[in-house]
Amino acid sequence: MTPDPRDELVEHLGSMRAFAMSLTRNSALADDMVQDALVKAWSNIDRFEKGTNMRAWLFTILRNTYYSHHRKRKREVEDIDDELAGQLAQKPDHDGRLQMRDFNTAFDQLNDEQREALVLVGAGGFSYEEAAETCGVAVGTIKSRVNRARSRLTELMEMDEDEPIEATDGVTVGVVATSRSAA
Amino acid sequence: MERNLKRAYEDVAQQELPSRFTDLLAQLKDADAKTARNTDAASEASDDA
Repeated sequence: MTPDPRDELVEHLGSMRAFAMSLTRNSALADDMVQDALVKAWSNIDRFEKGTNMRAWLFTILRNTYYSHHRKRKREVEDIDDELAGQLAQKPDHDGRLQMRDFNTAFDQLNDEQREALVLVGAGGFSYEEAAETCGVAVGTIKSRVNRARSRLTELMEMDEDEPIEATDGVTVGVVATSRSAA
Repeated sequence: MERNLKRAYEDVAQQELPSRFTDLLAQLKDADAKTARNTDAASEASDDA
C-alpha cells in the first residue's frame, strides 16, 4: 500500500509557518494563512504528483493564498506602521543615525517578491529553479530579485556605519526617498 | 547576513506547532473517513455508474 501524501503534511508545517511569516511579517496572519493553505492542500491532494517536491507544492499554495487574500489584511496592518515609520525617518535619534540597524527592520523594507525569493533560496533550501517554479517566474527573475534583496539589505544595514554623526538634510532626504520607493 | 535570515527562519520552523494545526489535520482526516464510508455505502446500494 503506497503511503498517503497527506500523512506527510504535518512534517512541513514548521517550514510553512516560517515561510508564511516572511511574507506576512505577522504571526497571527501567518498562522491563519497556513491554516487556509493546509485545508486547500488537503482537499486538492489528488493534484499532488507523488514523488515530486511536496514542500515546493505546499509553498506554492501558501503564496497563492497570501497574494489572493492575506496580502490585503497585511496592508491594513501596515498602513498604521507606515505612518510611524515616516515619522521616525524624519527624526533621526540622538547621534544622527537612522533606526534601521536591526535586520528585521531592514528585511521589512523589502518588497514581497524580494522577501519570498530571498527566503526560498537563502533559508528554505530551494534551488533557483525550484524557487522560480514556486513563484511562477523565470529563473533569471528570481536571481535578480535575490540579488536586489541582498544588496538592498546590505545598503540598509550599512547605512548607519557610513553615515556622518550628524545626518545632513541631503542624506536624510535621500534615505527616505529610497525607502519609500521600495514599498 | 544570511545567517540572520536562516536563524529567523529556523526559529519559527523549529517551534512547537500550535495545536490548531494538528487538530485541523485530525478533523480533516475524520471528515474524509466519514465521506469515504458514505461513498462506499452509496456505491454498494446502486450498482450503476
